[in-house]
Amino acid sequence: MATASAEIKVTAEIAAEHGLSAPEYARVQQILGRDPNITELGIFSVMWSEHCSYKSSKVHLKRLPVRGKLVVQGPGENAGVVDIGDGLVAAFKIESHNHPSFVEPFQGATTGVGGILRDIFTMGARPIAVLDSLRFGPITPDHSTPSVSPESIAKNRRILDGVIRGIANYGNSFGVPTIGGEVCFEPCYSQNPLVNALALGIGKKADLFFAKARGTGNPVIYVGAKTGRDGIHGASLLASAEFTEESQQKRPNVQVGDPFVEKLLLEACLEAMTTGAVVAIQDMGAAGLTCSTTEMASRGGTGIEIDLARVPQRESGMTPYEIMLSESQERMLLVAEKGREPEVLQVFKKWGLDAVVVGEVADGGLLRVKDHGVVVAEIPAHPLAEEGPAYQRPIAQPMQNKESAADWFVFAPEQRNLTNNFKRLLASPVISSKRWITEQYDTMVRTNTLAVPGAGDAAVVRIKGTKRALALATDGNGRWCRLNPRFGAMHAVAEAARNVACSGAKPIAATNCLNFGSPEKPEVMWQFSEAIDGLAAACNELETPITGGNVSFYNETLGSSIYPTPVIGILGVIEDATNVLKMAFRNDGDIIILLDGAPASVPTAVNSNGANSNLTREFSSSEYSKTIGGIVAGQPPAIDLPGEKRLQQCLVALACSRAVQSAHDISDGGLAVTLAESCFASAPARKSGDSLGARITIEDRSPAESALFGERGARAAVSVSPASLDAVLQTARKYGVSAKQIGKVTADGIFSIELNRSAIIEESVETLHDIWAHSLERALKQ
Amino acid sequence: MKFGVVVFPGSNCDHDAFYAISNVLRQPVEFIWHQSEDLANCDAVILPGGFAHGDYLRTGALARFSPVMKPVKHFAQSGGLVLGICNGFQILLEAGLLPGAVMRNIGLRYICRHIHIRVENPATPFTQAAAQGQILKIPIAHNDGNYTADPQTLAELQKNEQIVFRYCSADGKDDAAGNPNGSLENIAGICNRERNVTGLMPHPERAVESALDSADGLVIFRSMVESLVTSAKASA
Repeated sequence: MATASAEIKVTAEIAAEHGLSAPEYARVQQILGRDPNITELGIFSVMWSEHCSYKSSKVHLKRLPVRGKLVVQGPGENAGVVDIGDGLVAAFKIESHNHPSFVEPFQGATTGVGGILRDIFTMGARPIAVLDSLRFGPITPDHSTPSVSPESIAKNRRILDGVIRGIANYGNSFGVPTIGGEVCFEPCYSQNPLVNALALGIGKKADLFFAKARGTGNPVIYVGAKTGRDGIHGASLLASAEFTEESQQKRPNVQVGDPFVEKLLLEACLEAMTTGAVVAIQDMGAAGLTCSTTEMASRGGTGIEIDLARVPQRESGMTPYEIMLSESQERMLLVAEKGREPEVLQVFKKWGLDAVVVGEVADGGLLRVKDHGVVVAEIPAHPLAEEGPAYQRPIAQPMQNKESAADWFVFAPEQRNLTNNFKRLLASPVISSKRWITEQYDTMVRTNTLAVPGAGDAAVVRIKGTKRALALATDGNGRWCRLNPRFGAMHAVAEAARNVACSGAKPIAATNCLNFGSPEKPEVMWQFSEAIDGLAAACNELETPITGGNVSFYNETLGSSIYPTPVIGILGVIEDATNVLKMAFRNDGDIIILLDGAPASVPTAVNSNGANSNLTREFSSSEYSKTIGGIVAGQPPAIDLPGEKRLQQCLVALACSRAVQSAHDISDGGLAVTLAESCFASAPARKSGDSLGARITIEDRSPAESALFGERGARAAVSVSPASLDAVLQTARKYGVSAKQIGKVTADGIFSIELNRSAIIEESVETLHDIWAHSLERALKQ
Repeated sequence: MKFGVVVFPGSNCDHDAFYAISNVLRQPVEFIWHQSEDLANCDAVILPGGFAHGDYLRTGALARFSPVMKPVKHFAQSGGLVLGICNGFQILLEAGLLPGAVMRNIGLRYICRHIHIRVENPATPFTQAAAQGQILKIPIAHNDGNYTADPQTLAELQKNEQIVFRYCSADGKDDAAGNPNGSLENIAGICNRERNVTGLMPHPERAVESALDSADGLVIFRSMVESLVTSAKASA
């Protein structure tokens, strides 16, 4: 698109080029009472883009639970805020940066992290942790993806490498620990990786800042990096349209990040806030100066008037259109108290940042943009921000191919030794250790990290000056959501909350990042609507209201959509940070207990070969089925939300009473993987450096593969010293959770599982550990 | 006794060093802004980790021109205790207060993990509370920690026992696996000939509480406190 000068006469065709439909353009004309000029058209087009206006999702998002006792700020501000006691609040939010990360992986990822960090410190909270939920195409030529070409695999590796380096570069330099998240691989993400970044910050409840302009005559101050031509139409063109073969040409639409400037901006903003002269503040992210001015005015019920000639610029000859639409990074807009602007400007000067009064809060509710005193755009702010289009898009359940038992996973004959399959599972990129990735992140800066990646199911950071700690986990299973978006979404919430509970924290709130295909496809909207209902049901049951997040549509390339991938972040609180639980087994001789909040949900009817169709259907959607059988079919496991809740409450109670030595939830790869990971994690804390082993004995009537690798939820494995056994069983009973003793922690270096008295898995922990620990690195270095 | 933690634009372990001194060691400490012309009468100065001035051009290359480096140099030359951690070490190298240089890690990637270092010289104000050969479990977190020096400088370092810490395996052996970044002679930290200036790549301030997986870094700060107490008594 040509970035045109103001003389261009706007027509319906030019509006269409800007992504505005005919009815949308008519609405623009109606709001203005005239034709817009080109700058105004640009402003409307970004504000009413899918990315900024949520026009396809708004009607559905209303169904999400957003209220709760602890919610201080729900969706609609820069970040969600919850009360965590002692006068403190946690601000947190997750956001996507998917398309930019495909077009330019390094910069796409850095600016994704940068954007979410600004959302947090804009609220007056200092960022203390970042998590990243990542999805890539396959990086190994595995069984289930025969059609993936070597070129595609090589490209996926390059994207992964760029994204990891980008995240590391930004977070490490900024000085926030990157302490968790997940990484998954599926063919559908080859041309459309997902990069969802979550940031958490801590602030004082009394000192929160909001993006509401007020006080006629109060100065509007631009701070931070200078404005350049980068990222123009990043939100509207890159994030709000599907990919075609020409998408690589959009590289200039990707913004460029500078973590050093962001670090200065953080320190300067937090310091400026302490002067008491800051009235409101908003970061300039998507749609830059346009969005920040419009939203601040709209939320405050005022107008804003700025003169672009005063905006610090990196390049000469920028048009008003370009300045208003630039998405240059590391910029903020703030409103100060009239007469006290020198106090604010002084702080930014100290930190070596530009800070310029570019305008003022005005009566009349207009966004008035001038250039050297000449008005170049004049739009009522509230209709621009709030009265954009909202669509009830057509919804249609996709035609399901009739599935029969022939499409499902075929269980191995009973009593077969599964050690080799287990090794293949441990080597799969989804299951294997992510240490090669997480070691590139600074996981410890700010000295609050109580559980580094891989140490526990959730990332845990303490809150200095209090006894408390916060736990955070993200989850999202695209494969399950593809098979059943409602159940898949419920599982995402349940697993993230279960992870948080396994660290000993009580889940209190959620944030979501909804990654979907084109909303113009009825079947995608069906997936979206179903997923929203699933999220709502799970968040209601688990009492984790959604406090914010974002929607990312148009995750499509050449007409094919990604798996619907709602990613959920759950925040939990640990009242006493010394009670934090990790996954590592601790002592030889400890008893291993399988906790199950929903034992009745196991399909029980068994046919002649030990299976039943419900169970087979469920198992066909598992990681094992995909990795070993090359089969992705069936349904996600049945989900029992009250059972999930019982398990979580039980885990929190066990952590509080210090009754268990370790806790690890059962998810990808099932019970066998969970137990092996608890062995692997034990090594660092042991003098000898050797991992503890485990001897497991299970009685189960279902097929061995289902018993060992099934992924049914509401379960966790804990280890208990013999002296605490009774107390643990009693607590489990109290919460209505089944507790089965399934084995012991050993020091003989062997990992073994016996099912119905047949040895199914037996191998040295060292051998298994080597496979699990190095597969990802080996795959990437091929 | 008072510690000072220098804050450059882009320092990000300044709060961590401050917290270790104030809340764990319970010693007085204050921040010193990089434009300061003096060191606020501090008895020991810490240059913290981070990315001073964005580490643009080269790690530490711009920070050596910050105004505060003038009084830091003067302080070091008059015998004051100066500890450079990670980026602080890189700045001391660039400023010429310590010999040698660091290059990009041998794997060309940022690495953050716990490693082990061995105390090679316990006769410095930064190690006097440690035993010869004591093994410390301390995290590293850097892109550029691959220490190098020309043969003559290395010979000098060895002759004067200026190599204070070496990377090693968990049981204290010199082996390639224990060296995370390719440093010459497994060097993790060095001091100047006078022993009052030390720099190291690992982060002792991240290993001061068992809740953070290790408290082995405390011995470095305790040594500094001991040394300051001794010299205060001597001058009293």
